[in-house]
Amino acid sequence: MSTETPVIELKNVKKNFGPVEVLKDVNFSVRAGEVTALVGDNGAGKSTLIKGLAGIQPYDQGTILFEGNPVELKSPRQSSDLGIDVVYQDLALCDNLDIVHNMFLGREKAHTGVLDEGAMESKAADTLTSLSVRTVKSVRQKVARLSGGQRQTVAIARAVLWNNKVVILDEPTAALGVAQTEQVLQLVRRLADSGKAVIIISHNLQDVFAVADRIYVLYLGKMTAAVKKSETSQADVVGYITGAKTQEVGV
Amino acid sequence: MSNQNTIQTGNEGSFLDAGRNYIARVKGGETGSLPALLGLIILATLFAAANPIFLKPINFANLLTQTATVTTLAMGLTFVLLLGEIDLAAGVTAGLSAAFLAISMSNYGVAWPLAVVIAISLGMLIGFLIGVLVAKVGIPSFVVTLAAFLAFQGLQLVVVGKGGLIGIDAPPILAIMNTPMPIAFGWILLAVIFVLYVGSALYSRRQRTTSGQLNKPMGILVFRSLTILIVGAGFVSFLNLERGANPAVTSLKGVPYVVPIVLILLAAGTFVLNRTKFGRHVYAVGGNAEAARRAGIQVSRVRIKVFMISSSFAGIAGILMASRQASVDAAAGRSIVLNAIAAAVVGGVSLFGGRGRLSDAVIGGFVIAVIDNGLGLIGLASGLNLAITGGVLLLAATADAITSRKSRTS
Ligand SMILES: Nc1ncnc2c1ncn2[C@@H]1O[C@H](COP(=O)(O)OP(=O)(O)OP(=O)(O)O)[C@@H](O)[C@H]1O
Ligand SMILES: [Mg+2]
Repeated sequence: MSTETPVIELKNVKKNFGPVEVLKDVNFSVRAGEVTALVGDNGAGKSTLIKGLAGIQPYDQGTILFEGNPVELKSPRQSSDLGIDVVYQDLALCDNLDIVHNMFLGREKAHTGVLDEGAMESKAADTLTSLSVRTVKSVRQKVARLSGGQRQTVAIARAVLWNNKVVILDEPTAALGVAQTEQVLQLVRRLADSGKAVIIISHNLQDVFAVADRIYVLYLGKMTAAVKKSETSQADVVGYITGAKTQEVGV
Repeated sequence: MSNQNTIQTGNEGSFLDAGRNYIARVKGGETGSLPALLGLIILATLFAAANPIFLKPINFANLLTQTATVTTLAMGLTFVLLLGEIDLAAGVTAGLSAAFLAISMSNYGVAWPLAVVIAISLGMLIGFLIGVLVAKVGIPSFVVTLAAFLAFQGLQLVVVGKGGLIGIDAPPILAIMNTPMPIAFGWILLAVIFVLYVGSALYSRRQRTTSGQLNKPMGILVFRSLTILIVGAGFVSFLNLERGANPAVTSLKGVPYVVPIVLILLAAGTFVLNRTKFGRHVYAVGGNAEAARRAGIQVSRVRIKVFMISSSFAGIAGILMASRQASVDAAAGRSIVLNAIAAAVVGGVSLFGGRGRLSDAVIGGFVIAVIDNGLGLIGLASGLNLAITGGVLLLAATADAITSRKSRTS
């Protein structure tokens, strides 16, 4: 796969909550055009790692390289300015607003103070079309009326709309049925194929193997494995997750 | 592979399709102020049948001025309710603003325009204080405004004096609620509304067309503008009928001045809510404050501004109140806030935040006023009147709770 510089590279990242070491010298890198899966048991530190990238909960120590340059991620602002966007598990959509309003929330287009609904509407429709979204009928539907998969689609499309370089998805398929999971995974794949770096957190190894290019495993705060999907098996990854197996991390 | 046409914008289809969509939305629970509107028609028919005076021009004009204060207050409260907050102090804010208006004119000889500015600014200041306590300090709005409700009653007593009464004699202030406009003004008002409505609708259609977007069927615009024209013409000609008790001595006909004032507030507030970033953020914060925060919206600023707007509306309501009574007493505004909240909720504004329009508050204000006025004409005891208003409010709140639960679980 690509040998160019990773979009994000974490080196020896540490995070403590009081006396508890939640991230221990973690190395992690994500590349453009790839889906990078982050797996690990409950409490392994996945969300903590992601919150550091989102700037919500900065790391205590370690180096962050963005496109090869050292950067600080101390606030959500810094992270979104770099083009890192997180789609949280609870999605954070406004049910009382429609799809267009949600996709442009906080970044509405306006002309001399008056909302430019037309421009927002076509941009939203274009973005959904470019992702080959077929499940959403009208961009003017209230989000409250959408299914779980459609909501996930809107949340992801929202991240795409802003031309982010890195899109982080926290358990995007956790609450979905079979068909909707399939649709969301296809969307995730298309996202990476369009050149973005995608990080996906999931407990479902089947989903991970369906969509990821590279798999990182956290075990009790340590990155115990970093493997290409093509060079590993589900059984191996289960071993890494449960701590039965380890691999020297050197990707 | 590309399916350019699969994602719609809700503007597709014919006039009839739009009608069908509307019915589907209503069935799905997005009723807006439709129940209140239907209720209004039923109530008006019942009262008209029970007592013919109900339909007399004089009663209709009275109804308008009776409801104007509560409606203005309710429009302001709608902003607060959209956030899922409450303002129990809106009534006493109106009272205090009225007192400041009256005192600045009678005791300090301030000219009436400046006194109006003082009254509204006082409201805005009160809103700012409430907003800061709610948004920055984090005290629930129920508690902050309950405290303000009590404290301002005391302040009102101090300012006006126990059992005191401050008269209003500035003719322009008195005219708002007590004098009708010249006959022609009513028609001019209607013409202005019609031209503004059609003009802005055509303008946005042209913008959509130039950017290559689909417009809603023209039939909808024609239907809406004709409705405005016909209903408006009905109102104006009705209010232009002679309604003086003794026309030979004093003729009384024309649209009251308060009508354009309320309409301007309605139009301005609706514009802010529907067409500006701030308005969008109000709905977003009311719908999901956490989502709004993550989207980079400064939630506490939105909250503070909303309380300032609401209390400014209360200040204006205070001026209307003072105009109608031609005086301000120590208890002014104490009892109207509950009616105003009821008006908004009955009209279809949700108590859970994120759902409602200013026009809902206006329609709800009419419902409350019609109940009050009609039952009075029938000669029912005022106790029953309160009980019925309470029942209607409970009904509306029940509908609101069911709708909100439906949309949360779907
Ligand atoms: N704010 C905090 N204060 C103290 N401890 C915390 C805090 N946040 C997380 N932890 C602890 O850090 C560890 C890692 O948590 P994290 O949420 O990152 O795990 P996770 O891998 O996302 O787990 P899950 O799969 O259950 O979401 C856990 O032991 C957790 O209890
Ligand atoms: Mg987690």
